Amino acid sequence: MTKSDETLLSQHFEITGGDFNNAGKASTSIKEILQEIGIDSSITVRTSIASYEAEMNVVMYARRGELTLNITPEKLHLKLKDEGPGIKNIDMAMQEGFSTATDEMREMGFGAGMGLPNIKKNADKFELFSIPGKGTSLDIIFCLNKTEKK
Amino acid sequence: MTLKEIKELLQAEVIVGKNCLDEEIMFAGGSDLMSDVLAFGKPGLLLLTGLSNAQSVRTANIIETKAIMYVRGKKPDKAGIALAREKGIPLLSTKHMMYTACGLLFSHGLPGVSGLSSKK
Repeated sequence: MTKSDETLLSQHFEITGGDFNNAGKASTSIKEILQEIGIDSSITVRTSIASYEAEMNVVMYARRGELTLNITPEKLHLKLKDEGPGIKNIDMAMQEGFSTATDEMREMGFGAGMGLPNIKKNADKFELFSIPGKGTSLDIIFCLNKTEKK
Repeated sequence: MTLKEIKELLQAEVIVGKNCLDEEIMFAGGSDLMSDVLAFGKPGLLLLTGLSNAQSVRTANIIETKAIMYVRGKKPDKAGIALAREKGIPLLSTKHMMYTACGLLFSHGLPGVSGLSSKK
């Protein structure tokens, strides 16, 4: 392992599907951590937005999920794995406005089909894997040595 | 425009943040969809919304809004008020509808998010 790969901080959060009362708490905690350790404010906001969108997707669509924050000297890595219905058509899901949200999700102010595109927009690197019927995983990476996105 | 001037213009009630009324607000945006706020909001925003659950405050905290103005006389729930107190986010409520509240602010010189970015 090189010095640039060395993990400086790692935090793990459990997310429960359908738990709208606690939806967003993990991302609020992540934001607090990033502020406490002095991560650039622009990167903190971009990370928090991506984390919140990803967390809400688990709450809205999956049975459960795990969100892990790993920070190395050069990168901030959010890894999300959920157990849920998965995504049948990733190309469609990445289009702004495409949504399979229910009325309950929309009442919470979400489900407008902006989540995944917004995660991609804020991240420096974004990878999505999904197996229909099993679940979805996201790798969301932010470079710590540049404050502006691309 | 200060938060105090905005409060008076919209005849709003302060729910959280009576000590923060001197805060300067540079731009505003209105939406009931938090997905849109996350996509188009920017730090420093005054968020006008009719969504009164805790997600409105959570979203405001994530994008670092200056304050939330609830429209149509809506008021946040207990969880939202507690979170706003914890995070220091002023919450106000006006009886004006979204369109009127936004129109009043815009006509008194407070630009929208997109208006701000188009000047760059």
